[in-house]
Amino acid sequence: MEINIQNIWFSHGETPIIKDLSHRFSPGKFHGILGPNGSGKTTLLDLISGFMPPNKGEILLDAAKLSILSKNQIAQTLSLVSQDYYINFPFSVEEVVMMGRHPFIKRFSHPSQSDVDGVTQAMDITGISHLKKRRVTQLSGGEKQRCILARALCQDTPVLLLDEAFSNMDINHTLAMLGLIKKMIQRTKKTIICVLHDLNLAAAWADEIVFLKNGEITASGSTQDTMTRENIEQVFQVESKVEFNDYVQAKQVYFKTI
Amino acid sequence: MIFTNYFNSMLALFSLFLCGMIMVSLSMGYISIPMEELFRMIAGKVFGTMDIDTPSKEIFAAVIFDVRLPRILTCAAVGAALSISGVLFQGILLNPLADPYTLGVSAGAAFGACIAILLNLGAAFVSIPAFAFTGACATLFFVIFLSYSSPGKGSVSGLSSNNLILSGIIVAAILSAGISFLKFLANEQVSVIIFWLMGSFASKTWMNFWVILGFLVLGFLIAIYFARDLNLISLGDKAASSLGVDTKKITLLLLITGSMLAAICVSVSGIIGFVGLLVPHMVRFVTGPDNRKLLPASMIVGAFLLLLADTITRAVLPHEIPIGILTALIGGPVFCWIFKRSRLR
Repeated sequence: MEINIQNIWFSHGETPIIKDLSHRFSPGKFHGILGPNGSGKTTLLDLISGFMPPNKGEILLDAAKLSILSKNQIAQTLSLVSQDYYINFPFSVEEVVMMGRHPFIKRFSHPSQSDVDGVTQAMDITGISHLKKRRVTQLSGGEKQRCILARALCQDTPVLLLDEAFSNMDINHTLAMLGLIKKMIQRTKKTIICVLHDLNLAAAWADEIVFLKNGEITASGSTQDTMTRENIEQVFQVESKVEFNDYVQAKQVYFKTI
Repeated sequence: MIFTNYFNSMLALFSLFLCGMIMVSLSMGYISIPMEELFRMIAGKVFGTMDIDTPSKEIFAAVIFDVRLPRILTCAAVGAALSISGVLFQGILLNPLADPYTLGVSAGAAFGACIAILLNLGAAFVSIPAFAFTGACATLFFVIFLSYSSPGKGSVSGLSSNNLILSGIIVAAILSAGISFLKFLANEQVSVIIFWLMGSFASKTWMNFWVILGFLVLGFLIAIYFARDLNLISLGDKAASSLGVDTKKITLLLLITGSMLAAICVSVSGIIGFVGLLVPHMVRFVTGPDNRKLLPASMIVGAFLLLLADTITRAVLPHEIPIGILTALIGGPVFCWIFKRSRLR
């Protein structure tokens, strides 16, 4: 599914967060969003996920306007792994993952066999099956993030929004989850939009990159074209060296230690 | 998967306990009524075959149907309503430590009641509860008004739990100062105010019961209808929204439902603390945090426990002490124990 953002604005009070932003996120690709703190990355995902409406402008999901879709229709189209994964109540991991099927299960009816299978599969591929009876309040940060990712995966939507979804995972799990998502894109033509902080992960895994600064897009396009020393300096104000790395089989970014 | 046999039989068991408690409570008191006489009376009333032939039967009938039954049923309904209200508040405020009074509903009701008592409106039968209820509603809407900022004007989420809790604390603080001032003005009526604030089920009527039951049934239906959405809301705004819940609308609806339940309870029976905090907590140990199970189970357990407390103060203790004090004295230590234990795990 294509996400077409047309001239959206959003502000907190007087402070503009997103300024006249337009972009097309094409389907079947892994889109990385990079930018410094406070550049509006999370706000952009909040607007795309329909959590908040933009002050001006329109977001189209294929041909449908986001603003006229019902919450449930949106939840059947977009899933979100948000940065904030804190859970205060002792639900079991299985219960939390099952909540991903909520938009598809009618009120007062039981989950169908396919719902249960979806949950089991999502827990399998994210490697949390052994935790399924555990309380989420007892999990570590990385385990909790995998649990939330499993919930989004079993929601099985054409669009998946990830807001630093790997921030607390170890490198092993981060790579495993990224690989999983990559495979999913190839199989099902999903659209993945992922906010990342690690430039090298983005360089290795993203198909396309959007550089965001002060609520505006400073550069966007294929990773090969946009991951350059100039762009990185313009957005993050750091000096770096960017070159193709044979081992990674992708561009990598190096920073100087003074 | 949701309603397992285990859960159903547990619910049935709780209900059985509640019925048993009602019977025990009916038989106990200043005039002790033997169980078999009690059963015969109730069966007679239900099937319309009661014949009151002796003076002692006449007294029993009056004690059971005019004095004890309305009080007992009111008490059970208040316990149930406070527990549901507690579940709703804990879910909405994302905080297992919230209770029905977190938003200042009790302070508002108390303030309204104090005004009614001070202006000597207590003689007219409905006016203290009516004033208390008005006070509670006014407080609720003011708290919502304080914490709500319209979208696009700088707020991301209209009714965030932090905003609500803070607004509730501020408003409650102002109101309790107001209550102190009214007490200061009240002179000899100050004891009436204090007694009202401590809560009591003494001399409750059938009218009280029917009003509370009406609110309870409506509140429960709304709560159970949105129980699944409440599960998601208790994970946080953003998660709930991305899973298809219209968080703003449902939060507001459930907030009003929970507050109305608390308000009607406070206006009928005064401030009874700890039920709304403690019962959902205890029940959560048994049912888990799923509100679809938590709500019905809390309702029954809440009714049972408050009735137990009221029976103790009415029939066991040599002198009736206000129920609000008893629930705090029993509930407080129990809460300490649960709190410590759950953190040690």
